[in-house]
Amino acid sequence: MADPVVEISGLWTRFGPTVVHRGIDLDVRPGEVLGLVGGSGSGKTTLLRQMLGLERPWRGTVRVFGIDVNACSRAQLASVRNRWGVLFQNGALFSALSVYENIALALRELKVVDEDLIHDLVLSKLRMVGIEPQHARKTPAQLSGGMIKRIGLARALALDPELVFLDEPTAGLDPDRSESFVKLIQELRRELHLSVVMVTHDLDTLVSLSDRVAVLCEQRLLAVGPLREITEIDHPFVSNFFRGERGQRALEVLEDLQRLMPI
Amino acid sequence: MSPRGVGSIAEPQVLETSDESGRRLIRISGAWNLQALVPRLPDLDQRLKRIRDPGEALWDLEDVLTMDHLGAALLRRSWGVSDASRIKARPEHQPLFRRLDASEPSRVSEARSTPHWWFLPSQWFMRVLGHLHGLVVLLGFLVLECLRMLAHPARAPWREIAANLYRTGAQALGITALVGFLIGVVLSYLSSNQLKMFGADLFIVNILGVSIIRELGPVLAAILVAGRSGSSMTAQIGVMRVTQELDAMSVMGIPHMSRLVLPKVIALAIGLPLLILWTNAIALLGGMVAAHAELGLSYRFFLDTLPSAVPIANLYLGVGKGVVFGVLIAVLACHYGMRIRPNTQSLGAGTTSSVVTAITIVIVVDAIFAVMFRHVGLGF
Repeated sequence: MADPVVEISGLWTRFGPTVVHRGIDLDVRPGEVLGLVGGSGSGKTTLLRQMLGLERPWRGTVRVFGIDVNACSRAQLASVRNRWGVLFQNGALFSALSVYENIALALRELKVVDEDLIHDLVLSKLRMVGIEPQHARKTPAQLSGGMIKRIGLARALALDPELVFLDEPTAGLDPDRSESFVKLIQELRRELHLSVVMVTHDLDTLVSLSDRVAVLCEQRLLAVGPLREITEIDHPFVSNFFRGERGQRALEVLEDLQRLMPI
Repeated sequence: MSPRGVGSIAEPQVLETSDESGRRLIRISGAWNLQALVPRLPDLDQRLKRIRDPGEALWDLEDVLTMDHLGAALLRRSWGVSDASRIKARPEHQPLFRRLDASEPSRVSEARSTPHWWFLPSQWFMRVLGHLHGLVVLLGFLVLECLRMLAHPARAPWREIAANLYRTGAQALGITALVGFLIGVVLSYLSSNQLKMFGADLFIVNILGVSIIRELGPVLAAILVAGRSGSSMTAQIGVMRVTQELDAMSVMGIPHMSRLVLPKVIALAIGLPLLILWTNAIALLGGMVAAHAELGLSYRFFLDTLPSAVPIANLYLGVGKGVVFGVLIAVLACHYGMRIRPNTQSLGAGTTSSVVTAITIVIVVDAIFAVMFRHVGLGF
């Protein structure tokens, strides 16, 4: 078994008197897509931010590529940050920069890649997420929400990362775009041995992408495992989330898939 | 170990040989991903450029352990078109080249179109015209809102006015006191030295009284408020634009004018004159202390002489200017706030323009006041 890409152990989070996480242990294995689900306020986004080193847990450690992101040198952190890409929930594109400059930024920051190569790479990334080159000069304010999301993904992939964090990747996309988004992630996994940590509420995305699902509930990690096992857990949150009407439909699709492609 | 793990250790290699038929063969091996390439990129780029493949050499990429878009783009540049007959890549790397090939025909020009210098004055003129238009519209709306408020005083945004008054007035008491006191001390000290030479010590009361009450107090307070509250008003409205809060207010039927602009304008129109009185008092106190130390003038004498040395018209003039300055600062701040586009750069630029314009306008209007009221309150 290869070393985990992300390793969270004994993590506690506290905001003032409120405890958000109580001793969470979670590993992300190389090459897998881990879906993170939980009710609103269950600390999914906080956990994601802690993996990114944006927030410091009260107790416990978060290791990414074997490096403790809260206790490492600047150089180590910089090297980790070149190996991951993040898609924020609202895109978080730099509003003062054009689409092209947004994607080129990380490549330019490396200081060794010449402009010709950057141009080729930016255009291929745009193509990858299905954005026409004529939009490259636009600023984020001129784009629709779905386009911002895809460009956010292109920016997250600018350095061909090994690990991608997706915060609600398909929220705000139409079903057609969600589907192509899911296909895109699957394709990238094959090509780039991508590991993905994904926070999502969208069951269809969860069903079609995730290898394992982690359920955050009542400040703890309720369960981690393949979607099939998770759905059979007897817990009010799980039965609401997966066995509601929408959940049922998504799971039927999963069963159909498994009949076609027995694992 | 994952393939990527191995890859990040293996160095990217370029080896030039020839195959059995004597054709040029270039063997590429090792890791061609960002982690491995970045430290060696200039060297590798030189090596690849020296190969200069006009389109006949064979490229063997079978030994490449791992490759990403950077590696693929770098290699692809040295052979031009990815011709499958002479380029042997692993199946998992082929999509990289395909994608790069597909995006090749489209070029994105980096340069932004800049107009000819000839158009710059006209552009500048149009911009000024746009600002004037916006300001006139804003003032018109304000007058209408004020009339409506007078007609229905119960529906006026009193809470907002009070909150703004507290933020722009009460919270500025400290900084205006500090600045006013120091200016008073400095002015008094410098004037005392000059007056001592002529034996005209007693005139220190006239000099301090008139200059502070008529000019320095109002202008100092206005400039401080323009920098303090003007910028925050512009930024607040600007951020509300960026986060679509302005749109949310519109669709809920809450007009921006009566809830955002009017309370700010009224609060500053009330708050700035009060701040000016406060600044005047503290500056005179500073002047009095310095005069006592420098000229031995008693506090009692200073306070007794002040009313006769400074005609009361000066105080009315100073406070009246405060009302005008307050309205101007708030209107300009809201005007610039409303014009902010939903991006961060515009927010910064808008806030800067708001403060710079407000301070400039305060000084210009002060000069106009000085000319208009040159016969008032100066005792001749």
